[in-house]
Amino acid sequence: MKALLTARGLTRLHGPGKGCQNVSFDLYPGEVLGIVGESGSGKSTLLNVLSGRVMPDRGSVSYCDAQGRVVGLHDASEAFRRTLLRTEWGYVEQNPRDGLRMGVSAGANIGERLMAQGVRHYGRLRQAGLDWLAQVEIDPQRIDDLPRTFSGGMQQRLQIARNLVSRPRLLFMDEPTGGLDVSVQAHLLDLLRNLVRDLQLAVVIVTHDLAVARLLADRLMVMRHSRVVEAGLTDQILDDPQHAYSQLLVSSVLQP
Amino acid sequence: MTAIESGAAGSGYNFAYLDEQTKRSLRRGLLKAVALPGYQVPFGGREMPLPYGWGTGGMQVTAATLGRDDVLKVIDQGADDTTNAVSIRRFFARTAGIRTTQRTTAASIIQTRHRIPEIPLRAGQILVFQVPIPEPLRFIEPSDSETRLMHALNDYGVMHVKLYEDIATYGHIATAYAYPVMVDGRYVMDPSPIPKFDNPKLNMSPALMLFGAGREKRLYALPPYTPVASLDFEDHPFELPVWEQACAQCGSRQSYLDELIVDDRGTRRFVCSDTDYCAGRRERQEARL
Repeated sequence: MKALLTARGLTRLHGPGKGCQNVSFDLYPGEVLGIVGESGSGKSTLLNVLSGRVMPDRGSVSYCDAQGRVVGLHDASEAFRRTLLRTEWGYVEQNPRDGLRMGVSAGANIGERLMAQGVRHYGRLRQAGLDWLAQVEIDPQRIDDLPRTFSGGMQQRLQIARNLVSRPRLLFMDEPTGGLDVSVQAHLLDLLRNLVRDLQLAVVIVTHDLAVARLLADRLMVMRHSRVVEAGLTDQILDDPQHAYSQLLVSSVLQP
Repeated sequence: MTAIESGAAGSGYNFAYLDEQTKRSLRRGLLKAVALPGYQVPFGGREMPLPYGWGTGGMQVTAATLGRDDVLKVIDQGADDTTNAVSIRRFFARTAGIRTTQRTTAASIIQTRHRIPEIPLRAGQILVFQVPIPEPLRFIEPSDSETRLMHALNDYGVMHVKLYEDIATYGHIATAYAYPVMVDGRYVMDPSPIPKFDNPKLNMSPALMLFGAGREKRLYALPPYTPVASLDFEDHPFELPVWEQACAQCGSRQSYLDELIVDDRGTRRFVCSDTDYCAGRRERQEARL
């Protein structure tokens, strides 16, 4: 099987030890990669570089598109990267306000990607909106409500629906459960796990919450001071961490 | 640039108020705008002797395009006799000494706010629009650098988001003026606040159409015979407004009608907004009697 996303020697530094350096990995279709580490360890920078929103100082990212062509992400045009981000990719922001259009209705938020892809049939856009609201367990009757009238958890689910409507192959998520209370987090994680499985999505998820990583990720990368200190299968890292920092991270989670 | 053209009849101003270098810079911008139909060209907007929002952009474009032999018509909401139209017409009569008219057919340059004349324009005429907000994406994407990038990358999905919201809220596309258009399959353009009734007149027009936004300092243009399509959905196509009434003065059923309340009891009359069109029809009706 061909890797979906390949990163080699990826470096982007804002200062010494700030950002990410020398990150390499392969991500295969349907695989969920978790990036964990403390605040400021470079997780979000890495995600921004991977998704083509930020140019790396060194290194490369290549992506194998739906037609099987391998494209160097940062060599391609900005138009190509933007097209990717709204068709074959999705990006779920930590704060749903950054990922949603707060001034337009939930239905328009969901339909936007389809309209950008050239769907010009109101009835079909409407139906897609209703279907996806149901998929993310929001009452379809709220299709014409503004996102600002939604709770935090609903906004996050709406953001996920808005990204998944174009049937992406790869989803980037930056702390999708941050800022939500524990029961809402559990609900969202459950939903995400099912969607990821049903749609055969490949996911790169950034989190500082090891419970989220354990639930969703197949593989983990542990980052500290801009470097990947350990990478491997999720269970392996969480049950038998090798690096001193991974051990610290795992042992600092409260065991019930 | 040796000879400074003398202004009209001792007004003390250069021909058409603006100095020659300013007019040259405007013409350069207009040439670029004509070369890229629908693309917004920035220009160095000047202070004009009237407030922003009253047509400073249109006046600068008119000043840059006026020649000594031109005949100018100015309309505001279709009418030749409103304050703004009268003032701008008089301004150019004074500072350029050119002839003015109220006849659409007799004019070589027509400066307009909110309407396109009912009488079809012919090749060789120039229609100058006053534009308050040139950016059609502004209401959905407030960042100017982002909207410029969206234009550059042909990234227009959000334009339909606005129309979608209209249908979701009102059951039909409720945008009645400044209805966005796609120019030559490339740039989405705000046709200035003309009623959508006038949108079809933009398509394949034999006249040159120039747009000037004074406050926002942008120029754009539709060269003659440019395909212009109004945005819509397959199941909610672009529709023109219809009136049940005919014009109370000339009886036209083809023109855009203004609703007037004529007394304290709320009696309404509908009359043509294009005063020249209406007057011309009445003259011909009287001649026939």
